[in-house]
Amino acid sequence: MPSVKIKKHAPDNDMTPFVDVAFLILSFFMLATKFKPEEPVEVTTPNSVSSTALPEKDAFMVSIDKDGRVFISLDNEKLKQTLIQSMNQSRGLGLDAAEIRNFVKSPSVGVPFTQLKSLLSLDPDAENYETALKAQAGIPCADSTGGELTLWVREALVAYSGKKLNLLIKSDNNTKYPSFKNVLNAFKQNDQNKFLLVTSPEDAPPGTALFATRQNQVDGKK
Amino acid sequence: MSSIDTSGDSGGHKKGPGVKKAKKMSTKVDMTPMVDLGFLLITFFIFTTTMSQPTAMNLYMPKDVDKPEDQNKVKESGAFTLLLGKEDVVYFYEGMDPASPGNFRSASFKTIRNEIIRKKQSTNPEDLVIIIKPSSDATYKNTVDILDEMTINEIKRYAMVDISDVEYQLVKITEAAAGIK
Repeated sequence: MPSVKIKKHAPDNDMTPFVDVAFLILSFFMLATKFKPEEPVEVTTPNSVSSTALPEKDAFMVSIDKDGRVFISLDNEKLKQTLIQSMNQSRGLGLDAAEIRNFVKSPSVGVPFTQLKSLLSLDPDAENYETALKAQAGIPCADSTGGELTLWVREALVAYSGKKLNLLIKSDNNTKYPSFKNVLNAFKQNDQNKFLLVTSPEDAPPGTALFATRQNQVDGKK
Repeated sequence: MSSIDTSGDSGGHKKGPGVKKAKKMSTKVDMTPMVDLGFLLITFFIFTTTMSQPTAMNLYMPKDVDKPEDQNKVKESGAFTLLLGKEDVVYFYEGMDPASPGNFRSASFKTIRNEIIRKKQSTNPEDLVIIIKPSSDATYKNTVDILDEMTINEIKRYAMVDISDVEYQLVKITEAAAGIK
């Protein structure tokens, strides 16, 4: 009987297509995505049909987490410096140069004035630094005058005088409305009435008025 | 002059017995480390980046006015009030009086669009004003969703104002009757 000879395969198989795919995916991720901004708390924003791009410059962002804690962040380091220095003087915070530098470096801050010094004096390399950042109490803004957030907004507007400051509000899906209203109130106290709410993009639902308008725009361009 | 011998064994002159044969190197390169690195980078990018670019939604709030004569007047026929309650329920009424029988009704965020479209079609576009009143039990998502509804249905005039006590009581009663905790 003739025996069927099983062909012996080489133990190393050709990895070239595998590498091709891997690097294709890699380049896709590098080009299509953007780095996550540093944040002490996680905020999941709701969806909206709005298609306006988020301004990247001159932004004063107020983040509200799901428990209603309020954090502020600014993108411009120079103005951050001006802001904290005038704040230091006007509120008597007693921050030294190193703490001011820490403030400028930190992506966002969310503590009352009384705790600001102790937060900024923390060493960023210390082990408990991350937990301390997560445990921030939030900037008080619950009373009718908008609390300390009003002062922050006022100082930021002074530091930005002459330029247009984009007021961004980023809030979590599950944030209760009163927390959001308090933030609006703090802005209103400074006569600021135009805001940008940070949302995730979503398509206009088919069959609605907006859908029809957008469709017409697309057809008009063609 | 040195040149690379590409002829191999076939053809050419035979080497003498003392000359060592040059070892033919395999053209295959071990790609495993390269694949490892590739996938490591992929995982890195997946974890540290975000796919969707956030968008911004414009919100213009009215300036507070002290004098009642400075306030904008709303025609009764054109007013449509939406109240945001607990558990993603929307309550709505037409005109000025929420307490009139049959006027105060509830809807979900899915069905409220039909109500808005119905009101928009049955009202003079000049008069239509939608008043959004989130209660303290509403979430931020509800607020954004309802503002989004205004954009989706192209409502030109709408305002977000505080809920009144009468309305909040009505919402509470309705919620209690519907068993929403």
